[in-house]
Amino acid sequence: MNTLDFARLQFAVTTLFHFIFVPMSIGLALFVAICQTRWYLSGDETWLRATRFWGKFLLISMAIGVVTGIVQEFQFGMNWSLYSRYVGDIFGAPLAMEGLIAFFMESTFVGLWIFGWGRLPRKWHLASIWLVAIGTVLSAYFILAANSWMQHPVGYEINHATGHAQLTNIFSVLFNSTVLLAFPHTILGAFTTGGMLVVAVSAFLWLRGNRNAVITRSMRLALPFTLAAVLATMAFGDGQGRLMVDQQPMKMAAAEAVCNSGHGQSFSIFSVAGFTTNPCPNNITSIRIPHLLSLIEDLSWGGNIRGIDQIQAAERKQFGPGNYVPPVGVEYWSFRLMIGAGVLMMVISLGGIWLERRRRLEVSRRFQRLALLGLVLPILANWTGWIFTEVGRQPWVVFGLLKTSQANSPNVGTGDIVFTLAGYIVLYGVLIAIGAWLMLKEAKHGPEPDPGDQGAGEQPPNAPHSELVLAY
Amino acid sequence: MHPDPTFLQVLWFVLIGVLWAGYFILEGFDFGVGMLVKLLARDRVDTRMIIHTIGPVWDGNEVWLLVAGGATFAAFPGWYAAAFSGFYLALFLVLAALILRGVSFEFWGKHDSAGWRATWEWVVAISSAVAALLFGVAWANFIHGVPMGAGNVVHASLWDLLHPYALLGGLVTLSLFLTHGANFLALRVSGELHERARVLSTRVEPLAALLAVAFMIWTIAQQSGRGGVLVLAILTALAALAIPFARRAGEGVAFALTSAVITLLTVTFFVTLYPNALPSTTGRAFDLTLSAASSSHYTLVVMTIVSVIFVPIVLLYQGWTYWVFRHRLGRDDYEGPLNPIAVAERKFGGSA
Repeated sequence: MNTLDFARLQFAVTTLFHFIFVPMSIGLALFVAICQTRWYLSGDETWLRATRFWGKFLLISMAIGVVTGIVQEFQFGMNWSLYSRYVGDIFGAPLAMEGLIAFFMESTFVGLWIFGWGRLPRKWHLASIWLVAIGTVLSAYFILAANSWMQHPVGYEINHATGHAQLTNIFSVLFNSTVLLAFPHTILGAFTTGGMLVVAVSAFLWLRGNRNAVITRSMRLALPFTLAAVLATMAFGDGQGRLMVDQQPMKMAAAEAVCNSGHGQSFSIFSVAGFTTNPCPNNITSIRIPHLLSLIEDLSWGGNIRGIDQIQAAERKQFGPGNYVPPVGVEYWSFRLMIGAGVLMMVISLGGIWLERRRRLEVSRRFQRLALLGLVLPILANWTGWIFTEVGRQPWVVFGLLKTSQANSPNVGTGDIVFTLAGYIVLYGVLIAIGAWLMLKEAKHGPEPDPGDQGAGEQPPNAPHSELVLAY
Repeated sequence: MHPDPTFLQVLWFVLIGVLWAGYFILEGFDFGVGMLVKLLARDRVDTRMIIHTIGPVWDGNEVWLLVAGGATFAAFPGWYAAAFSGFYLALFLVLAALILRGVSFEFWGKHDSAGWRATWEWVVAISSAVAALLFGVAWANFIHGVPMGAGNVVHASLWDLLHPYALLGGLVTLSLFLTHGANFLALRVSGELHERARVLSTRVEPLAALLAVAFMIWTIAQQSGRGGVLVLAILTALAALAIPFARRAGEGVAFALTSAVITLLTVTFFVTLYPNALPSTTGRAFDLTLSAASSSHYTLVVMTIVSVIFVPIVLLYQGWTYWVFRHRLGRDDYEGPLNPIAVAERKFGGSA
């Protein structure tokens, strides 16, 4: 591995770690806001206890998401200074807007929400959690607009004096066709993540014999919430795939392991290939279903699908000599894992709703055990989605404009990167261990007991555990 | 040679200066309060009170740094790229300190064991001190200049950044933020803790004042012949010398004065930098000027419009947060049920 590989590995490690907690926080913020709204509207204290219970998970997740986000803001300059110079005129703007418009909002109002219980009028306190939720969503929009520009650069020109890309139209960047699909796909994936976490923790509590009313309420709200979110995520993902055929054909061809262009293309359901960047066409073995890919991508029996070799030839003609094929194996499998995880989450939420209608949800231990998968499936889907979209853009860091190999900092050596990478891994490892342990502890403890419940006497609200209230 | 900076480039240089000043004033007392967790707290109630004085606001305060970084990226990408890659390991240490500090507040109260709490108290105190020190080291290096050659690439190891002038700068921010934090705490708590904060402040502030004066004298010597730097450095030194006397005029005045010194210090940094974004010690020809580091006119116009709309809104709601949490915290708030929701209910009569 060379310096560039370590720099890339560092970006992947820090971003994937950050990306465990970001979708979780976005999804939970919305879920908590809905719970608190229902309490505000109905006065039913079960919703209040639900708000406080899920609020704890939100705060643990947000704390880790926020601190690891600082690294995200700065590492472009640290490891990718040539990239930063090249794109700063364009990429910096949405990043600065994210800070000014979204970060200030979510971090200020989360403080108001934590410490404002009983201090703020109820209405304003409710507004605080909604502003946190809106802030997290806005933040996602800006960072995805920045990322979409890397996938599909628009609204720019190349300044011939500096050789750098220069912004010509901010609206083209903010309303890039790529972000208009990437944003709903990602944000709905985040809602799915939050919903799935609620389903999984609720199932965990039922399995432990906890029959708190908060759990039933949460489950009943989270199942349709998750189902709607995951279905919409898929719909927008499908749209992204179609757009990608035009904007980044190579990414899509790699995802489907299509080596050669052709009509009536078959769909690969299982492939093994040598772990070279481009295993086409001799180094790949697939089990394929005839015509299916043409049906999916082109909605026709004999539709033409472009293959890796032809796209490589076309891009070579367009961009000059070089290899334009991303690691096909990574693309193929990350794409399938993402979709597979999405389908499983759909099945779990759909199954839960079906059981609920037959009044068997609370007793079906089989469902509850299956729902525990909800702890890992959304993370798997989010991770593979990110890997798919970023690895699939290679060898480019900005598609068609700047190669990743020309983007890293020339003055940062392998030793520096390995040292900081080790530092991040240790630091983040500690954070994730503690975060997971605290969440498990909160989950085991469960929501505050129902009023009049037998257990309530043993554990008054202000027992030692009340240390673990929302505020620290 | 690059032309003089344009109006918008100067405006953005000033705005980034405002963001840094805001950051140092706000997170300056957060850092100070963080150190005081270990210096002043005698028991768990004290610790809780100290943490709660910044609990609702520290996260929002930290965003000033993120926005200063983002604004630098957007307005002066050359500056962002040169400085952040050039200060690689130093910046990593700052990030590690900020990460540990941020989660400490959250983790501290989440598990009921004395060892657990003691661990995070130490982490808060040490990471606050390290960050406070390193920001001074970084800024002293910015104005001192760094070994930067062709293509605005900085070649400096971590040790190159730790020269005596930079270390003095670090000690200035460390002592100044500690004093500032003690002044803040004195305003925000009552009782015995209030008294201890006041005493600590009176002990630390002469040191902070002397270090600041020494640092300003050294800066004037280093930047000899520059009128603007001379004026600002003298003003900063005079303000710093007044710190030990401000208390007589009241605690609010003492806090306002440490805020003013921090502001003047930041202004001194920026006046010293101008018209460069990052001076080079390799040779004047390699200085990274603002105009060379800058984004296009169009991007600066876009960012100016966005800032004109959103900066006042941010200032309003952040200001409002301080208003909401303006009440002094006392020990009686924390005795009995150690539950801040109950505390708030008791004190303000609101229902949860």
